[in-house]
Amino acid sequence: MKRILPLTCLAALAAFIPSPHESAQAGTWRIGGYTALEARAFTQDHKWAAQSDNLDLSLIVTPEFRYKSDDRTHRINFIPYLRANNVDAERSHGDLREAFYMYRGDEIELLAGANKVFWGVTESQHLVNIINQTDLIEDPDQEDYLGQPMVQIASQRDWGKISAYLMPYFRERTLTGEDGRLRAALPYDTQSNPTYESSAEEWHTDMALRYSHYIGDFDIGLSYFSGTSREPTFNITPRGELRPHYGLINQFGLDLQYTTESWLWKFEAIGREGMGDKFAAAVGGFEYSFYQLFESDLDLGLLLEYQYDGRDTSKSPITTANNDIFAAARLAFNDTQDSEILAGFTIDHETQDSFINLEAETRLGDNYQIELRARFIVGADQGEDLYDFARDDYIQLRLARYF
Amino acid sequence: MTHHAKLSTLLRSAVLSGCFIFSLAALPAYAMSDEEKGYEIAKKSDLSDSGFKDHKVSMKMILRNAQGQETTRDMRFSVKEVPNMDKGDKSLIIFDAPADIAGMALLSHTNILEADHQWLLFPESGKVARISSKNKSGSFAGSEFAFEDFTSQELNKYKYKFLRQEACPNVPSLTCDVVERFPLYERSGYSRQIGWTDTQDFQTRKIEFYDRKNDLLKTLDFLKYKKYDDKYWRVHLMKMDNHQTKKSTDLVYDAYSFDNGLDDKDFVKGVLGTLY
Repeated sequence: MKRILPLTCLAALAAFIPSPHESAQAGTWRIGGYTALEARAFTQDHKWAAQSDNLDLSLIVTPEFRYKSDDRTHRINFIPYLRANNVDAERSHGDLREAFYMYRGDEIELLAGANKVFWGVTESQHLVNIINQTDLIEDPDQEDYLGQPMVQIASQRDWGKISAYLMPYFRERTLTGEDGRLRAALPYDTQSNPTYESSAEEWHTDMALRYSHYIGDFDIGLSYFSGTSREPTFNITPRGELRPHYGLINQFGLDLQYTTESWLWKFEAIGREGMGDKFAAAVGGFEYSFYQLFESDLDLGLLLEYQYDGRDTSKSPITTANNDIFAAARLAFNDTQDSEILAGFTIDHETQDSFINLEAETRLGDNYQIELRARFIVGADQGEDLYDFARDDYIQLRLARYF
Repeated sequence: MTHHAKLSTLLRSAVLSGCFIFSLAALPAYAMSDEEKGYEIAKKSDLSDSGFKDHKVSMKMILRNAQGQETTRDMRFSVKEVPNMDKGDKSLIIFDAPADIAGMALLSHTNILEADHQWLLFPESGKVARISSKNKSGSFAGSEFAFEDFTSQELNKYKYKFLRQEACPNVPSLTCDVVERFPLYERSGYSRQIGWTDTQDFQTRKIEFYDRKNDLLKTLDFLKYKKYDDKYWRVHLMKMDNHQTKKSTDLVYDAYSFDNGLDDKDFVKGVLGTLY
């Protein structure tokens, strides 16, 4: 249960929690969430010493408590997240995904507490999305995030929405333990603290600005971030472990989508300084949909994106998305169970090492959801981006009960 | 996902105004073609229910397969009327059940000539994404309602033809005007529709949908009408039967609330992230 974020913001929140006797502004509480069982089976033996070949089992519990006042001015969300895992002690962890109070006035929105914020449009990579730290231990697809403590002020205008964020506390990236699969050749130093460029360490105040709007068929987002990099570099400790280091960066971001007929054209770009030389990175492509395939209820979406990254990974945090092509097909069944399949791959066009991804989900009854995920790494030779994970192909089944 | 919110427009514009028929009878010499009559009637019907500003309603969608097995979806929707006839209304749908899609929200800005604008909120990630509105004839949320049944109800998206008068389906004590309409927008799944509207309250009682091969595809029955503020009729049960698949969908509405003071800021992309 390490890494639950400091509860300072929560203490402030508690003052706002209404007593049930304040009937004048009673509001509504909604309680939901889910609990899930997850089994992850690796199809090959481990590559690195100390890694486990056991079936990886997890129990996940995440209740959700949401309050909204009757006039919709005040909101409180409280969403803890817990995972217990049998193989990797690091994967047994907890987080507050959301724990905030929000005021929504006519001109201004104010939010204080832990929250998740998503920026961006592309499917294969979330370049621009920077507020929340990646909860990498959840899933190597980097689409799980840790709750970020923040004060956010936003205003919706006729010409768009502008948001400002102050983030007083940094969340370090969750990393696989020595026993766990899907890690680098050397184990991560998960016992000692990371090192920081800022002398304030994890208490450096990060800030960000965001503008987003739409004009006709275009959706546009502009963003600026100044603070502790969410991506670490690693230094090798005397014990032969990888110790994360977080430097200070400034980053501009642009995200753009053009929606016309069956086409979604998507583009994201960043320019970053700090932690090595300045560099730019971009990802762009399209999703094209065939609706009611062969006069059935099926919709088929075809996705193609190109990933470019100009960073020098001898100084900057490592990335695998540097010269890669992503292609995928999404099949939506449009049935009462909301069944969907996404199958795709990302291939480095220089080295040909590839990541193959299959995701399928459907609902069982009213309250259960079953999800299959399969990930395969193909053609990763020594020295290539995915080499360390070359034997970490896996198939994962998850059954969730929503309430 | 898409567009329950356009149900209100469906109701407002669906077919015929008996009031106009009545006045036609009072005009002795002038003879309109059936096409003109159908259009004028639909136009008057479209206007007859306007001026409600905004409304909010909760509803349950009951989906039945050919074997009669039921699944349900709960949702809330709010609509803001846009007075300009060249613009469609704005609407917001929030799903409450099944629990795994609770909080999913769809914002729609309907346009007459251009494509509609639609954004979807994925509550788990907080992502707000623009989606394509091209999928007219696809199923809405796995139901027997197509997207176009909600979004393509503006007057000028059809041409019309008056057919006859007869006793209303579902309410035999009332007289209905029967008008045929033909979609003018691209990619409709229908060759034509036939609508029954009563001559007393000017409300739609039934619509038949014919597929592109001109075979009867679906029947929509409008039941349990209630009048609000002495002005606005709203339906509280809609039953859509698909005759080809034998599947059906019921929409069961709670009480509507009108004039909630919703403004454009409640229907912008930026609001989606603040809903859940």
